[in-house]
Amino acid sequence: MKRIMLGNEAFARGAWEAGVRVVSSYPGTPSTEVTEALTKCGDEIHVEWAPNEKVGVEVAFGACLGGARALSTMKHVGLNVAADPFYTAAYNGVNGGLVLLVADDNGCHSSQNEQDSRFHGRSAGVPVFEPSDPQECKDFMIAAYDLSEKYDTVVLMKSGTRISHSRGIVEEGEREEREVIPYEKNFQKYVSMPAMARKLHVAQEKRLAQIAEDAKAITAGGQPINRVEMNDPKIGIVTSGICYQYVREALPQASVFKMGIISPMPMADIAEFASKVEKLYVIEEGLPFFEEQIRAAGIPVHGGKDMFTIQGEYSANLIREAFGISVPKAALDENADIAAAPGRPPLLCAGCPHKGLFYVLSKLKTTVMGDIGCYTLAALPPTNAIDTCLCMGGSIGMEHGFEKATGSSKNLVAVLGDSTFLHSGITGLLNMVYNEATGTVIILDNRITGMTGHQQNPGSGKNAKGETAPAVNFEELVTALGVKNVTVVDPFEVKELEEIIRRETERDELSVIITRRPCVMITKQTGTPNVITDECRNCRQCLKIGCPTIEVKDGKPFIVQTNCIGCGLCSRVCPFDAIKAVKEGR
Amino acid sequence: MKKNILIVGVGGQGTLLASVLLGNLALEKGYDVKLSEVHGMSQRGGDVVTHVKISDDNVSSPLIEKGEADIIIAFEKLEAYRWLPFLAEGGVMYVNEQQIMPMPVTLGQVEYPSEADEIIAKTAGRLVSFDALAVAEQAGSSKAVNVVLLGAASKDLPFTEEEWMKVIEANVKPKFVELNKAAFVQGARA
Repeated sequence: MKRIMLGNEAFARGAWEAGVRVVSSYPGTPSTEVTEALTKCGDEIHVEWAPNEKVGVEVAFGACLGGARALSTMKHVGLNVAADPFYTAAYNGVNGGLVLLVADDNGCHSSQNEQDSRFHGRSAGVPVFEPSDPQECKDFMIAAYDLSEKYDTVVLMKSGTRISHSRGIVEEGEREEREVIPYEKNFQKYVSMPAMARKLHVAQEKRLAQIAEDAKAITAGGQPINRVEMNDPKIGIVTSGICYQYVREALPQASVFKMGIISPMPMADIAEFASKVEKLYVIEEGLPFFEEQIRAAGIPVHGGKDMFTIQGEYSANLIREAFGISVPKAALDENADIAAAPGRPPLLCAGCPHKGLFYVLSKLKTTVMGDIGCYTLAALPPTNAIDTCLCMGGSIGMEHGFEKATGSSKNLVAVLGDSTFLHSGITGLLNMVYNEATGTVIILDNRITGMTGHQQNPGSGKNAKGETAPAVNFEELVTALGVKNVTVVDPFEVKELEEIIRRETERDELSVIITRRPCVMITKQTGTPNVITDECRNCRQCLKIGCPTIEVKDGKPFIVQTNCIGCGLCSRVCPFDAIKAVKEGR
Repeated sequence: MKKNILIVGVGGQGTLLASVLLGNLALEKGYDVKLSEVHGMSQRGGDVVTHVKISDDNVSSPLIEKGEADIIIAFEKLEAYRWLPFLAEGGVMYVNEQQIMPMPVTLGQVEYPSEADEIIAKTAGRLVSFDALAVAEQAGSSKAVNVVLLGAASKDLPFTEEEWMKVIEANVKPKFVELNKAAFVQGARA
């Protein structure tokens, strides 16, 4: 049967059809929906959210040792967290097939950088697959498991925003139930002590060379995984993934070498292709990963990064322009002198629990070490409350270092979400206890992993399938680490919260404040909308919470009734008691 | 037959459901179809866009680029203005007259472009502009703006009302099917 599938759903479908039994991942845009789709499967697959990517990869590797086909998915920066087990599992090889899926984010749609994960794959020494549409996402996944077991290697499946988040037609197949492969003790293979590791490295290089040599015969979905499309020999393009689609759109007459296995590169096959075309071009988003290897192999490249940027996403128009081909004629004259549309930056939702906290931190002009999550948006106006944001869990270490540099932790805090704290904040806090910090850490406990689309975590009381699960007690956890001052507060109680933050940041001891209120997207709170009454003196304090439902109309704040959920935060910050809930809401 | 449809709006307005309905209908009618959408951070009240490309030939790139949209369906007026450069010569625009102020405008950092209406009207090959929010509320819910606009745009798409009704039944939660059907029909009359 044919269905429209998101690239990520197609990856999940491929894993399911390939007989995968164990999946362990941490969510991260644009990879999240792969594991999420698998949570909807039956008992034939164990699917879990791990507290971070490193644990996810370790669980998947353990499952592969145990003889099952296993999967772990992550975003590009997640692979850095998992790099430690990844690089050594790459030596060990597999028992059951093991695929790790990584989704890059060229264009930074939802990420802090444009890391090019192809280098991780090459550096670790594993084959890297890269599909170019949803059908290939499914087919490549199945091929990756076959190759993993045949060549005894971990496989890295490389995706990106436009592959993971595009939909297309996919032909569904059946699931191939596979017996668990019996585990056999083999310390030469599975114990990476120096003497064994040296040998494993030799074996790894050998299998990579073999894969490059065999590449021509490797298929996915019944098609060669690397393919040559010979058209006009004047222009020959080496490409892969989403860039292949842009090339087909912009240069339909060109000859194309499309790679499906992008590392190790099939250099002999590329040399053969290069000999049949007049000019060879390399089109790849990101760094010159292909280009430098092709040039190093002594194959002349006529155009690569001298024609194309290393930044952002490519497009058909970008390629057309580079080749001097006219772009489609738009209705709007491109030289028309019209005002730019005002930007529409994303915002914390109406009713978001984080709003109360950042209103207070903004008011107190606190220096805030930020972290990864929806709350990073508090860096934008009107709150402008976040000073920095580095990586998952990074706020705590940064706060500690900042204190050690300046000698003071007064009016300084670290903020991070519940899921981010469990991901990699615990060790940072342990470090603060151990090295006698006096700072204040605020855990924003909204009972869910919010930004990535509301996945469960070890604090939320449910597992990946939505079943009841043990929930970590944050107060007990931080107390056990050695934190003596722990306060829990509802972030909408802004007056109380302000007092607590003043008190704890003044204190010459380490403190943790837990702001606890569930994410409004999971409570789906609806209440009587608020209105701004005639008592309003236009002080505009209500605008400082950054609520998307408060606009300015005829010079005065005004609440859009359709969108207000009646959370009441605006009425709590109004100094004149001018904002009230009305009964006759829409 | 080849149609590039750009669906634009503000995060939370339901652009995704509109594109999924359209994509499934295209699949059923034997067309090739690709869609591209935005997840993650920009969904939180930021500007969102979904690309829908339908063709009786193969669709390669999932993206609609500047000058390539045959139809732009805008769920919000400023978003119609933002995405104007993507409209092909002679392209059609369906615009919800609703305005949702972006935070920089609310904070007085930038001005809402006063000439937006005029430029949209001048640029579109054909413009259908109406208060889709009011129509959706009449149909039963302010959340049905997406399907109201699809109903309106259905005049430029190669599917019958019966086919639309079927795809709504197949892809919308049972308790919202009647609401969405009503919204579609009222949108088609708008």
